[in-house]
Amino acid sequence: MIRTDALRKAYGDTVVVDDVTLALPRGGLTAVVGANGAGKSTLLSVIARLVRADGGTVFVDELDVARTRSDVIARRLAVLRQDTHMTSRLTVRELVAFGRFPHSGGRHTAEDERIVTEALEFFELADLQHRYLDQLSGGQRQRAFVAMVLAQDTDYVLLDEPLNNLDMRHAARMMRHLRALVERFGKTVVIVIHDINFAAAHADHILAMKHGAVIAQGPPATIMTPDTLAEIYDFPIDVHVLDGTPFAVYYR
Amino acid sequence: MTARTPLVSSRARDARLLAAAAGVLAVASVLSLFVGVVNVAPWSLFQPDTDAYRALVIARIPRLLALLLAGSSMAVAGVIMQQVTRNRFVSPSTAGTVESAVLGIVLATIWLPGAPLMARMLVAIATSLLGTFLFLQLLRRIRTADSIVVPLVGLMFGAVVSAIAAFIAYHYDLLQLVDTWTTGSFSRVLRGRYEPLYAVVAGLLLAYVYAARFTVVGMGERFAVNLGVHYRRIVNLGLAIAAITTAIVVVVVGAIPFLGLIVPNVVAMWLGDNVRRTLPITALAGAGFVLVCDVIGRVIRHPYEIAVGTIAGVIGCVVFLVLILRARAPRTS
Amino acid sequence: MTAVATPPTTASPAAATRDERPAVVRRRVAVLAALALVAVLVYQFAMVTGSWSYAMDLRLRQVGALVVVGVATGVATLLFQTVANSRILTPGVMGYDSLFVLVQTLLVWVFGSAVVVDLDVRVRFLLDAGVMTAFGLLLFRWVFRRNSRDLFVLVLVGVVLGTLFTSLTLFASRLLSPSDYLTLQDLTFASFNTVDPRLLSITAAITVVAIAAAVPLLRRLDVVALGHDTAVTLGVDYHRVVNQTLAVVTVLVAASTALVGPLVFVGLIVANIARQVLPTYRHRTLALGAALAGVIVTVGGQFVASRLLDFTTTLTVCVNLVGGLYFVWLLLREVSP
Repeated sequence: MIRTDALRKAYGDTVVVDDVTLALPRGGLTAVVGANGAGKSTLLSVIARLVRADGGTVFVDELDVARTRSDVIARRLAVLRQDTHMTSRLTVRELVAFGRFPHSGGRHTAEDERIVTEALEFFELADLQHRYLDQLSGGQRQRAFVAMVLAQDTDYVLLDEPLNNLDMRHAARMMRHLRALVERFGKTVVIVIHDINFAAAHADHILAMKHGAVIAQGPPATIMTPDTLAEIYDFPIDVHVLDGTPFAVYYR
Repeated sequence: MTARTPLVSSRARDARLLAAAAGVLAVASVLSLFVGVVNVAPWSLFQPDTDAYRALVIARIPRLLALLLAGSSMAVAGVIMQQVTRNRFVSPSTAGTVESAVLGIVLATIWLPGAPLMARMLVAIATSLLGTFLFLQLLRRIRTADSIVVPLVGLMFGAVVSAIAAFIAYHYDLLQLVDTWTTGSFSRVLRGRYEPLYAVVAGLLLAYVYAARFTVVGMGERFAVNLGVHYRRIVNLGLAIAAITTAIVVVVVGAIPFLGLIVPNVVAMWLGDNVRRTLPITALAGAGFVLVCDVIGRVIRHPYEIAVGTIAGVIGCVVFLVLILRARAPRTS
Repeated sequence: MTAVATPPTTASPAAATRDERPAVVRRRVAVLAALALVAVLVYQFAMVTGSWSYAMDLRLRQVGALVVVGVATGVATLLFQTVANSRILTPGVMGYDSLFVLVQTLLVWVFGSAVVVDLDVRVRFLLDAGVMTAFGLLLFRWVFRRNSRDLFVLVLVGVVLGTLFTSLTLFASRLLSPSDYLTLQDLTFASFNTVDPRLLSITAAITVVAIAAAVPLLRRLDVVALGHDTAVTLGVDYHRVVNQTLAVVTVLVAASTALVGPLVFVGLIVANIARQVLPTYRHRTLALGAALAGVIVTVGGQFVASRLLDFTTTLTVCVNLVGGLYFVWLLLREVSP
């Protein structure tokens, strides 16, 4: 389980994560939603120890992320943020193979190669595996990075806005892949997402943030009500149910 | 380029500030005439045929005028370059302009030995323009217009041009001389040897006339075109003024490191980025800065003199470092 | 700040069913090694005029210096560029050479030239190298905070400090007596042609030790090249690896500069050749490639410059020039810094 205790992060005078104490359930897909500036990405970064907290603690399987060796955490938790630019000229396979680093320190065993191949196949990248990343489309690159995360083979997978830059078809496909991570591989997946409808359609659990604090959490059914949504996003939102799934309608 | 909010904001206050600065500079200038080896007193001007008179007329007054001209024009050259390249760290010293001018002097010395000052100046102007416009090409290709990368590239580019000049100079055994030319010094300014420096006044006037347009260009190409300003033309004009001014100053006096960088930046911290407003003050500040450095250089190891370029180099570097560290982006995720 | 993504010269863009590159890389490393060996042999034995034994002795020293400096500069620049996430930066511009001159000047000013000249040349060398190393380490400590962008600030600060040191040197040298000044000229002149063999062995030892210290870092450097966030995610202590790498870089550059003076743009050429020729991300291979390319460039370059082209110029002037032009060319090619 991932839990936080009075977690706090401020940039200058602005408090971005305000005394957050929560416990993320094990298993299932959790979506973190909220308006811009609510603190979702920062919360994710702090939990993943990419950014140091100003106060409070984060525990992953009861290990304090600030005090535990980074590679120990890396075998339990993997995170993918939005800014994935880098200098190395890598092929898809090489990138995905980096996911094995916390386990084998750069020396690839046969087992590592097998896991990499599996991850490539899962994300339908086998044909592209020897292409360089800069020769891929945005959607393909995104899949490659998520494949790396899969190859890291951790219990917890944290993703920050994985659907950014993806068109409708690829976004829907990515959500299905993330669901499969939960169902087929038994992982706990936590995503920050701004599209509330994708969250409602695929998440088991939704966490809503506002001004750095968690103001609501629960299964989609409890979050997807006009009152709760208006509270989260500060403007009126209708909810319509289609085929058993609630949809927020706010386009006018 | 992000505009900085000025602390002083009314026209009247500007005028008072300008008058005050001009006054201080005038007083300091007059006082500086009395520093030096030969004892000079105010009434020496009326005693021709004395050493004091000669010192005043042949050396001190020309020296003072050269200081004021060089300081003000280099500072203004800096402002212009910063506006048209939209980067606050660009200046003749961080764009390879100075080094290109020096290369021109080297070439002129080799190809036209014994030629008069004017001839060397023309060659230096030519190379200075070439170097500056080459830098502009490099600038266009740097995809991130990050404040820090640009001066770094400029400095490295300047080092390359220096390397070329050093290579050529080495072959002709001129390496020692290159060092002398590169360090700004007013000790060789004498009546009859510095007059070409007056040409920079034209640059100063042009800069003032075009000041508003430089400001507009400083806000970006789309903005400028929208307001009917010929973007490319103004950019080229600005760089040309800066390059020519630099070449003239370097030929007559030598290089004063980072003058065009630190004076405009310090002035802008106080008064913002409106060039029309800040240009006169920047010019005065540049002149004042050089004056102060010169006096320090003459006093510190009296009766020997330490070149202005050296003193200004030390102060300039320190201020530049402070500016860099302040400009560093704050720690954010 | 993304750096260049120039396609390597031979890899085909089409999807390959098998990755051919490891074999390609191995072949190319072998070629580089062969070329390096050839360069050394040619330098040592070709076109000898006059006394054979004298020439052999002289050349051996020169080759030694060239090899050590080529390896040190090449590896240092390669590692630095990885950490800085840039193909155009090089630690050589950071004012180490100006500091070297300043230190000599201050020594002469404070102690007088007589004392300094009497000082054992090895002690003076270690003092120089030590001061430069301390400078580099302090600078890194002070400026490098979080990410690769800070390294641009770092290099800029280094360059400006270099100018500051030069100005301070000019200032201090004005305070010296003329004879002291002349002695100073001699002390600060460093070149390949006049390398003291004792200093050469010290530099060689320092280089070997520094590179040995870097070897365990190389695998983790592969991950660091992916950026701060990815590196942390994969469990690598980003800051620690970067700081240790920068320490190695400093020692290598300081030792090399103390021995033969500034080689500002040499590392730039060598590091870029290594990356261009070897299409791999693995720093174990790239560092080896940089070392070999360093030897080829310095030894070959000096041979060409002094014997074939009959230049009286030393390598530093020549190669800095070529390297500088290469730098401008890199920029004009729209390489993103």
